[in-house]
Amino acid sequence: MKADARFSRRFLRVWFRNLLVYRRIWKINFLVPLFEPVFYLLAFGVGLGSMVGEVRYEGRALTYVQFIAPALMATAALWNSFFETTYASFVRMYYQKTFDAMLTTPLSLEEVVTAEIVWGATKAFIAASIMLAVVAAFGYAPSFQALWILPLSILGGLAFGAVGMAFTAFTKSIDMFNLPIFLFVTPMFLFSGTFFPVDALPAWASIAAAAMPLYHLTVLFRSACLGALDAGALWNASYLCLVTLIFFPLALRGMRRRLIK
Amino acid sequence: MDIVSVRDLKKRFGGVVAVDGVSFGVRKAETFGLLGPNGAGKTSTIRTLYGFSPITSGEVLVFGLDIRRRWREIRSRLGVCQQENTLDPDLTVLENLLVFASYFDIPAQAARERAEELLTFFALKGRRRFRFEDISGGMARRLMLARSIINRPELLILDEPTTGLDPQSRHLLWERLEELKRGGMTILMTTHYMDEAARLCDRLVIMDHGRILVEGAPEALVAEHAGRQVMEIEDPAPGLIRFLADRGVRYDDLGRRLLAYDETEDGLFDEVCKRFSPSSRALRPATLEDVFLRLTGRELRE
Repeated sequence: MKADARFSRRFLRVWFRNLLVYRRIWKINFLVPLFEPVFYLLAFGVGLGSMVGEVRYEGRALTYVQFIAPALMATAALWNSFFETTYASFVRMYYQKTFDAMLTTPLSLEEVVTAEIVWGATKAFIAASIMLAVVAAFGYAPSFQALWILPLSILGGLAFGAVGMAFTAFTKSIDMFNLPIFLFVTPMFLFSGTFFPVDALPAWASIAAAAMPLYHLTVLFRSACLGALDAGALWNASYLCLVTLIFFPLALRGMRRRLIK
Repeated sequence: MDIVSVRDLKKRFGGVVAVDGVSFGVRKAETFGLLGPNGAGKTSTIRTLYGFSPITSGEVLVFGLDIRRRWREIRSRLGVCQQENTLDPDLTVLENLLVFASYFDIPAQAARERAEELLTFFALKGRRRFRFEDISGGMARRLMLARSIINRPELLILDEPTTGLDPQSRHLLWERLEELKRGGMTILMTTHYMDEAARLCDRLVIMDHGRILVEGAPEALVAEHAGRQVMEIEDPAPGLIRFLADRGVRYDDLGRRLLAYDETEDGLFDEVCKRFSPSSRALRPATLEDVFLRLTGRELRE
C-alpha cells in the first residue's frame, strides 16, 4: 500500500486563506508600501542627500537617492517576508491554533509551512511592486530591466521567509523574536550595502556583508534599476536560492519537531 | 468491517506513557465513547486516530486503512471537532466554513450550498457575517461542529463537545448530534459528562492511566458495576456496614456518607431504614457516574 505524500499543490489552499484575510484590509496593506518609500525618498533625497552628494558605485556616480531607492525596495521585501513568517505565523500557530485546525483536514504540516513561506514571499512581492511603481514615477528606475525586480522580490522573499520560519520553529515565546531581529535582521538592514557602499567598510566587514542575503538582493535590485544586470547577477540569485534551500528544510524539520507530538 | 480498529495502541511522550496498550473497535453508525478522568489518555488516543500524533506502537486502522500511511485519504473522509476553539478569528462565520471546505478541495458552489445548510442546521444563519469575537461560546462550539462536518464525513471525532457550555447550549448540541446519529453518522467521542455519555453513546470504554478498564453499553455497565439502584446514607450507624457486608451488598464507605449498590433485593432499603433509621437517606437509580467513580476512584486528578 502506497503511503500518502506529504507534499501536494493543496498548499495553495492555505495561501488563498491568507490572501482572503489580506484582501479584507487591503487598503491599509497597500498604504504602507505606497507611502513608506515616499517618506524615505523625501528624508534621504531632499534632507540627507543634499549633505551626502554623490556616491561612487561600480564605477558610476549616483545621487544618494538613486543609490538607496533600490535598497528601500529590497529592505521592504526583507521586512514584509520576515515579519510574516515570524510574528504573523507565530500568532496563527500559537495563539489562534489555526495550524491545529488545518491538521484535521487533508493538509499536511509541510504544506501549511510551505504556504506560510510562499505567502511571506507574496507579501514581499506586493510591497516591492508598489514601491517600484512609486520609485519609477519619481524617475529612479529608468531601465526596463527594473521589471526584473518583480520576480527577484519573490526569490528574496522566499529566502527571508524560510529564515523567518526557521526562527519561528525554535522560538518559545513571541517576545523572543526580538533576538533574531536584533542580532540578524537589523544589522543586515543597515550593513548590506543598503545605505552606503560596502567597499567603504574594512575588508572583514565587507566579506561579512556579502554573506547576508539582503546584500545580494540589494545588488540585484540596484543593477536592475540602473539597467546593469549582467552575468554577475546569476551569482547573487544563486546565493538567494542557496539560502532558501538551506533554511526551507530546516524550517520544515523544526516545525515538525515543534508541533507533531 | 469496523470503521475504526485500534489494536494494542501505545503512545509515549518522551518518558511518559500516555496510552498503554489500548484496543477497541467502532462499528458503522454507532456512537462510541471514550471516558476517563483527566490524563487518562483519551485525547492522546484520538489524536493518533486522525494522524496528528504518530503512534509509538500498535496499529490504528480507520476505514480499514493504516493511519501511518494513508493519513490524507483518512482525513479527507473524517471530521474532527477539537477540544479547544480552533476557529479562524481572521474570518467571518461563513468564511470559516468556506475556507475549511477549500482544504477538502470541495468546489466553491458545493461548499456554499453545504455551508448554508449547516448554518441553518446549527441555528447560525443570522450570524454568517459575524466575526469570531462577536459570537458566544455556544455559537462558537456549534460553528466548530458545523465546520467539522463540512465534508460530510463518514466518521466524526468529538473531543469533549460540550465542555464549558451552558445547559441550553448543551441540549441544543445534543439534539443536533442525535439528529446526525439518526442520519447514520458514526461518532467517536470523549467526554467528562456521564449524562452526556449515557444519552449519546451506544457503547463506551472507561479508561484510566492509559488503559481500558471496562467496555460495554452504558446500561449494561451500570447493571454490572453499580446494580439497579443506589442507597445514599448520611452518617451511617456503626452496625450498618457489617449488616451490608453480611448480605454481600457492595458498598463504598466515604466516611460521613455511605453508598450501597442494591442489586436484587427489593426490601433492602426499607430494612436498612427500619433497623438503623439514618437521619438522611435516599434511594435512587444507579447511574454511569457511579460506575465511573467506582472504577477510577474518587481522588482528585490534577
